[in-house]
Amino acid sequence: MRIAVCVKQIPDPATPYALDPDTHRVVRPNDQVLDDTDRFGVEVGLQLAEGDDGSVTLFSMSPSGSLQGIRQALAMGADKAVIIDDETLGGSDALTTSRVLAAAIEREGFDLVIAGTESTDGYTGVVPQQIAELLDVPSLTFARKVDATDAGIRVEQQTAGGYDVVEAPLPALLSVTSGVVEPRYPTFKGIMQAKKKPIDKLTAEDLGFSADQVGDSGAGQRITSVISVPAREAGEIVEDDGEAYLKIVALLEQAKVI
Amino acid sequence: MTTWVFSEELDGHASASALELLTKARSFGDTTVFHIGTGSDAAYAELGSHGATTVYHLATGDRLPSAPAAAALAVLAEEHGADLIMFGMGNTDRDVAGRLSARIGRPVLSNAIDVSVDGSVRVTSEILGGTEAVITETTGAAPALVLIRPKAFPAEASDGGVPTVVSVSMPDVGHAGSAVITESHVEESEGPDLEVAGIVVAGGRGVGSAEKWTVIEELALQLNAAVGATRAVIDAGWVPSRLQVGQTGKTVKPAVYISAGVSGAMQHLVGMKDSGTIIAVNKDAEAPIFAVADLGIVGDLHQVIPKLTEALKAR
Repeated sequence: MRIAVCVKQIPDPATPYALDPDTHRVVRPNDQVLDDTDRFGVEVGLQLAEGDDGSVTLFSMSPSGSLQGIRQALAMGADKAVIIDDETLGGSDALTTSRVLAAAIEREGFDLVIAGTESTDGYTGVVPQQIAELLDVPSLTFARKVDATDAGIRVEQQTAGGYDVVEAPLPALLSVTSGVVEPRYPTFKGIMQAKKKPIDKLTAEDLGFSADQVGDSGAGQRITSVISVPAREAGEIVEDDGEAYLKIVALLEQAKVI
Repeated sequence: MTTWVFSEELDGHASASALELLTKARSFGDTTVFHIGTGSDAAYAELGSHGATTVYHLATGDRLPSAPAAAALAVLAEEHGADLIMFGMGNTDRDVAGRLSARIGRPVLSNAIDVSVDGSVRVTSEILGGTEAVITETTGAAPALVLIRPKAFPAEASDGGVPTVVSVSMPDVGHAGSAVITESHVEESEGPDLEVAGIVVAGGRGVGSAEKWTVIEELALQLNAAVGATRAVIDAGWVPSRLQVGQTGKTVKPAVYISAGVSGAMQHLVGMKDSGTIIAVNKDAEAPIFAVADLGIVGDLHQVIPKLTEALKAR
């Protein structure tokens, strides 16, 4: 099975994010980390590939920088990576991102595409579905359990009230939730091997996109302003002296809920 | 101005998000609903009383709805000149909106907390965990596709009557429509519903283990509160995912939100920061949750919470 896993490098979530005041884009340092939610997709891909002697290729559209985040996923065991990195792509919206990723995946060939449900930094939350539509395959989204079947793929899909079991023939796309599997930690050997694994770099033009189809000019939306959401007023912070629970009781009384 | 709202039938009712969105949409003028699922009179009546004049209904049967629903909605939107299509943030909403977006080549504006219409469609969306908001306008051809966060607008019934219901036939979308739902499982929950409860007691990784989680449940029981959890707790498998509060979970606005052992990551805060009164117990004085708390107790939750539960029991 040829498995394509979509991954994203993001600024370390432990650091405060900033927007560039001119472009309204997230400021991206040279060293970005693998989005933690992507480790689950990589792990599902590796397990399915191990089951049938398949391959796992990572796809990512972002300023590649030091490629630290991509190496993290390669160190887990993915075979190679395809990075689409091009200045013209800056400011692309979710649909353009999906078009570029779908084009790269189609060019490489695939049986199964795996993505997280949404990125931690942008969280538009529709890129997997857009990619599936562009590739004309079923989208089995929000999967909390994944199994290969003789006929294709079966997942437990989270629903509002529980879960559905959904089955589809390949080719197909899955989006997986965090917790679907326990992602492996890279071994020392894996980290060493990752340094030598192939990383193909493509531009938007390589995939047949002109400069006006991508980036700010390709986006069907424009940010007109950014406003700070007023922070809540700071409340009272107290050290527990053994009696602090009484303060909670008093506040619950004041809120008239007890 | 022609506004469409996406609705999915759940247990014989229209989705909660559809009723919230209709309340907003009817202020823009005539409002049409695209409804998927069984299709019951009760659901149609709810949609009508919240402002829908026409409901287009697609019964998807045992097919995974996203691909056929997106194809059917694409045709209807074109036929009726839809200017704006509003979705909630539910899984099916995101599935249909994403596929529709790619199908018709229009962007999706996500995480919206407000929408206004003035020539173009303008959307206010929260970003970076709700610390900043961007105002975005769509450019190019209609329709604008917008995903709106839960509880952005309160659902209020109008004096609308029973809507006209039009059945839509299942489009053939070939291989993309070949996914089938073979089983549906409902996971029973105890206690009040997280999304409508007046009080929520939420636990984070700081609770320590699945065995120690009873500290949260006992307080919730005493307050008749719903139990919530952070993603770390869900990922650790201590409680089912339907209890998750935050970016990938539920958005709650209870009168009182009590958190214990929750650090307050950006992704959690976005789901609860608009609660009435926020009380936080955490042993780390630097935890970001304290920045939004009305009352913050720096201490061991396993000391503070049991004492609180006992004090409430004694009342």
